[in-house]
Amino acid sequence: MSEPLLGVIVSHSALAQALVSAVQAITGVDGALVPVSNEGCDYDALARRLERAVAGRPAVLFVDLPGGSCLTGAARYAHGNPALAVVTGVNLAMLLDFVFHREATPEQAARRAAEAGAKAIRTPAA
Amino acid sequence: MTIRLFRIDDRLIHGQVVVGWGQPLGARFIVLVDDEVRDSEWEQDLYRMGVPPEIEVIFASAEEAAARLPEWEADPRVGILLTGDIDTMAALVSRSDRVTQVNLGGIHHRPGRRERLRYVYLTDEEAAKLRRLASNGVVVTAQDVPTARAVPLEEFV
Repeated sequence: MSEPLLGVIVSHSALAQALVSAVQAITGVDGALVPVSNEGCDYDALARRLERAVAGRPAVLFVDLPGGSCLTGAARYAHGNPALAVVTGVNLAMLLDFVFHREATPEQAARRAAEAGAKAIRTPAA
Repeated sequence: MTIRLFRIDDRLIHGQVVVGWGQPLGARFIVLVDDEVRDSEWEQDLYRMGVPPEIEVIFASAEEAAARLPEWEADPRVGILLTGDIDTMAALVSRSDRVTQVNLGGIHHRPGRRERLRYVYLTDEEAAKLRRLASNGVVVTAQDVPTARAVPLEEFV
């Protein structure tokens, strides 16, 4: 069996760390997700943080916003590498689904995560 | 109206620019001046993803920007012009006597640079270039977002 995918959360400020903590608290799964903040980074510095986080493993990069420096940095880093895929609009629901479905290609996992994240956005009656 | 913000930011288009500055200024176009991005459609798509459809994004090389600056300055819409480095901005400023202020929005750590502010790292040579801009009458301040204080150059260089 191939190595389970790693999830790398790329965010502004401390959002990524908070999401990792929340997923661990809910699932008890440890080591599936790594946080990366863009704090104080230009694109070269963000690429170095991503390099350390990914460490040569196949991974999905979960980015906070569908635009901006986290996406630009992550997409540049992943460009042309089939062992990496990028999803934007990270939310807790997509991460909870991801940690239990890591036996897939990065592209498959990214698509599944996007669907899981979108399904979680609802407007329940008050 | 014209270009209301001339900003040096090595992240180019990102949240602080589009939301932080773009919203209060009512920006309707952003000029991104960078030779590398100008030649990469893929990178241009990435930068466009972070910008709402009502804001036009114009990609220009440094040379094109120098030639088109009068056109953008005459544009009735509010605009923001971004460069990723001091040299590119200084070259543009030298071509226009209408650029009176330059904003430092993000120049991050690299070897040889030292911290001047939380989001401004400069080599001594870069600091000297900024002082030259100021000595030519351009007001140079550091301000990452509009709600922060505009820090005058002399306070950190």
